[in-house]
Amino acid sequence: MNRITQLFKEKKNNILSIYYTAGYPGLGDTVAIAEALQKAGADMLEIGFPYSDPVADGPVIQATSKQALDNGMDLNLLFEQLKELRKNVTIPVLLMGYVNPVLQYGVENFCKACAAVGIDGCIVPDLPMVEYEEFYKDAFLENGLSNIFLVTPQTSVERIHKIDGLSNGFIYLLSASATTGKNLEVSDTTTTYFSRIAEMNLNNPTLIGFGINSKETFNKACKYANGGIIGTAFVKALHAGYLEENISEFMKEFTS
Amino acid sequence: MSYFVNEKGYYGDFGGAYIPEMLYPNVEELRQNYLQIIGDADFQQEFHYLLKNYVGRPSPLYLAKRLSERYNANIFLKREDLNHTGAHKINNTIGQILLAERLGKKRIIAETGAGQHGVATATVCALRGLECVIYMGEIDIERQAPNVARMKMLGATVVSAVSGSKTLKDATNEAMRDWINNPVDTHYIIGSVVGPHPYPDMVSIFQSVISEETKRQLMEQTGNDQPDYVLACVGGGSNAMGMFYHFLDDEKVKLVAVEAAGKGVSSGHSAATTFLGKEGVLHGSRSILMQTADGQVIEPYSVSAGLDYPGIGPQHAHLFKVGRAEYVSITDEESLEAGLLCTRLEGIIPAIESAHAIAHLEKMKFTGGENVVVCLSGRGDKDLDTYSKYFGF
Repeated sequence: MNRITQLFKEKKNNILSIYYTAGYPGLGDTVAIAEALQKAGADMLEIGFPYSDPVADGPVIQATSKQALDNGMDLNLLFEQLKELRKNVTIPVLLMGYVNPVLQYGVENFCKACAAVGIDGCIVPDLPMVEYEEFYKDAFLENGLSNIFLVTPQTSVERIHKIDGLSNGFIYLLSASATTGKNLEVSDTTTTYFSRIAEMNLNNPTLIGFGINSKETFNKACKYANGGIIGTAFVKALHAGYLEENISEFMKEFTS
Repeated sequence: MSYFVNEKGYYGDFGGAYIPEMLYPNVEELRQNYLQIIGDADFQQEFHYLLKNYVGRPSPLYLAKRLSERYNANIFLKREDLNHTGAHKINNTIGQILLAERLGKKRIIAETGAGQHGVATATVCALRGLECVIYMGEIDIERQAPNVARMKMLGATVVSAVSGSKTLKDATNEAMRDWINNPVDTHYIIGSVVGPHPYPDMVSIFQSVISEETKRQLMEQTGNDQPDYVLACVGGGSNAMGMFYHFLDDEKVKLVAVEAAGKGVSSGHSAATTFLGKEGVLHGSRSILMQTADGQVIEPYSVSAGLDYPGIGPQHAHLFKVGRAEYVSITDEESLEAGLLCTRLEGIIPAIESAHAIAHLEKMKFTGGENVVVCLSGRGDKDLDTYSKYFGF
């Protein structure tokens, strides 16, 4: 069983998933951050591979992406670094990034490389469902990878059911239609939307992401879904040379 | 062989809608409605009324006598430079603003490089009283000050794109991010035949008025609506697609698309996408784009701000791959010389973009009597600084 499925089987609530960008702040920090996050209590990790034109990201994650590219990060190097991942990291790990680098690497090769280093799933925000079904799904499944789809408050009920049918792992609920890092007020409309999803009895578990930056917002996410995803707030807390201190300090708020 | 979009939004291997879920409802709303709205008699009437009485269409098809003598062929210039706001861009913004109104949108966003599309968008927003936000790279804002002033005078908010390379591609990213964050009341007027389906098809339909008129004008002037050659410059490719549109299925008409070679195709400072690019995904569609082996988009270069885009529209990628159109490239110097030549022989100062298409005539061999149409997509007022510096006026 893939580690993502295993996690959701064992833990039904308060799942904390952390996003960070590979190659940031330092080119060689990728695996060290993973190890420190596991030690500090993260349940799951999403490692971003950088892209020059990340349209779904706000300024903070854009900046980490640019820094990582300037540092020299690319998919070849990332897979090389990730050979060390499973020495100490046992929690589920996903890769997150845009479709063009995957296309250039080759879809088959990408999926095989993921499986070889112990990656459990992928989030590719600009890969449409129809393309996934037609050209990517077989390679994903053959390599034991979960593909994670996003859902926004504007996603229709019919489409959510279709996404649920194609998902294996979990569904990523965005708290609003927004780029990453927006400070979001959890309004009545958002809670109505979260409740609506909760009542749909989907086959897949759900995690809420975008705008979670405090214990309070994380708890709200946990009220309506199986847990939450933190990205922007986490990468903001990282400073070269102090990674382990930064990470344990940041995680205290959420794991206490 | 079909040269047009299929029901899945593809041109052969190219096209599609590679967009994050946040953009899906907006793009899907457009996809479901655009053909029906454009087909409505009421829309067509209003669109053509504005093209005629506001834009000043039909634009003339002018037999350029002295250029014809020089090249030993009948060189016709399709005068898109005479449109209101000075380029072909307005054909598309008129179409899209009418569409946006019918979709109930209250707010318009757009990207711009040199500022021509930004001005054309700000113009139609002023005309229809809609809020207008234009994204423009920080570097382009500095080098295109007159167009920034025009947009502001027209009432638009000009937002500086400070991410990435701070030029057109980043302005496009910022406009897409705006659309993600404003998913309900906003319409994004993309300025070229790029972006997720249905944008490339929709923009080409609005620009197709160029070739529609050309056929009619050729028939009136020569008694034959089939030219031997049609030439147009290509950045994203909207004037070229408008110029090619009604000739695509007529294989006797040779289509030539002229890209910007910048300082030379192999100089490392170029925007010749079909020569330097590989298949990939940028700004929502699968096409050909300039990129590293790792799939990072490379910043292009051309003296002409309207041609320095790292990709081309998916329909162009298809025409290139199947060989329906020939893709060639022209350097900065060749285009500037052609701009001066056109000015001195015909009394028409072309935009440097359009001068790329004129420059290619120098490389063609004619036997005499061929009918050649060149799309003069815009006027050169905006480029006087560049021309002056180069020629030392």
